[in-house]
Amino acid sequence: MYTTELDKKAADSRVVEVGIDDPQQLARFEARVAADDFIEPNDWMPETYRKTLVRQMSQHAHSEIVGMLPEGNWLTRAPSLSRKAILLAKIQDEAGHGLYLYCAAETLGVSREQMIDALHDGSAKYSTIFNYPTLNWADIGAIGWLVDGAAIMNQVPLQRTSYGPYARAMVRICKEESFHQRQGFELMMHMVNGTPDQREMAQDALNRFWWPSLMMFGPPDDKSPNTERSMRWRIKRDTNDDLRQKFVDATVPQAELLGLTVPDPNLRWNEERGHYDFSPIDWEEFYAVVRGEGPVAQERMQARRKAWDDGAWVREAAASYETKHASARIAA
Amino acid sequence: MSSDWPLWEVFVRARGGLDHRHVGSVHAPDAGIAIRHARDTYTRREEGVSLWVVRSNEITASDPSEAEEMFEPAASKIYRHPTFYDLPDEVKHM
Repeated sequence: MYTTELDKKAADSRVVEVGIDDPQQLARFEARVAADDFIEPNDWMPETYRKTLVRQMSQHAHSEIVGMLPEGNWLTRAPSLSRKAILLAKIQDEAGHGLYLYCAAETLGVSREQMIDALHDGSAKYSTIFNYPTLNWADIGAIGWLVDGAAIMNQVPLQRTSYGPYARAMVRICKEESFHQRQGFELMMHMVNGTPDQREMAQDALNRFWWPSLMMFGPPDDKSPNTERSMRWRIKRDTNDDLRQKFVDATVPQAELLGLTVPDPNLRWNEERGHYDFSPIDWEEFYAVVRGEGPVAQERMQARRKAWDDGAWVREAAASYETKHASARIAA
Repeated sequence: MSSDWPLWEVFVRARGGLDHRHVGSVHAPDAGIAIRHARDTYTRREEGVSLWVVRSNEITASDPSEAEEMFEPAASKIYRHPTFYDLPDEVKHM
């Protein structure tokens, strides 16, 4: 069956606590993964593989959901009907991406409710980028261009991640992300070709989103202890630093095309390496945001919990409608 | 006890002439809402012309750990394949 049912999960997790991976099973698993075979929900897998995936996929799903909040703030202030329709479609996609990922994570035996609860009580993480404020309209362009651009860098290789449901969700997501990034870049083009004020807004958005976007790829490889195992299990296909470099290399020429200045005095093309060199990243800032000290972390979670609580009556109404009809069916 | 709505598996027919294909799942209290959620979640860009939803716990699946025994007989019965039969070249396209 595609999706693990909830009551089965309770039994599973008991096994987990006492069980140690069987060496034969583990060897067979490692061989399958090394041969680029996909692992499917009911296949045997090491417990650490399952846990790593649940963490990674649920964080990914949460990021999609929380990512709607900074954009939602701008819906009623979009400068034209067309921009509003585009933004609305993008936000709807983000909700869809969250749902693809939640349902893929559920195949590993974690329930939707557990994941949502973990997000709301603060025990689950989401991308640090969403704990920065969106101060001007160009931020919406910068998010599409840089934040979705960084997400694409990260997600394209995940289409070949070893866990089947995750890989399939990523295929669908990647198809849609391209629209997100292109509309963002196009929005930036309008801003830089507009009035001096608009141009300044675009530069200001790049100044604020550049470094947080680079941080989205996660800690540097020497501070990322699980990378080696995740690469061996094909959960990750590239290291954080490799993806970050790829993003910088792809994005700097785009900024030049816009006539904007990347806020890094040490940024320059290194002929020998064939890559851009850039300044060291302020990892203290990154870890502070991970700890929940981002500029708008509290506001984001308050808005998220409020949206959930405000929607409770809809969920309750739908459930009692079904109960009423179910009892009518039994009576009939 | 979880308060999640039941889980439904979603199948989409991309266009006439093709089979419905599994695309993922949604939570919904009943079949009608499952169809609506499936539409919003999986067909925002004309990915389909028809949707099926079925309660996940109504699906019975084969056990992956028994896949070898389960599907092995097919491999040992090679006479089920047309290429098993050696025919003279004069018999074209059979």
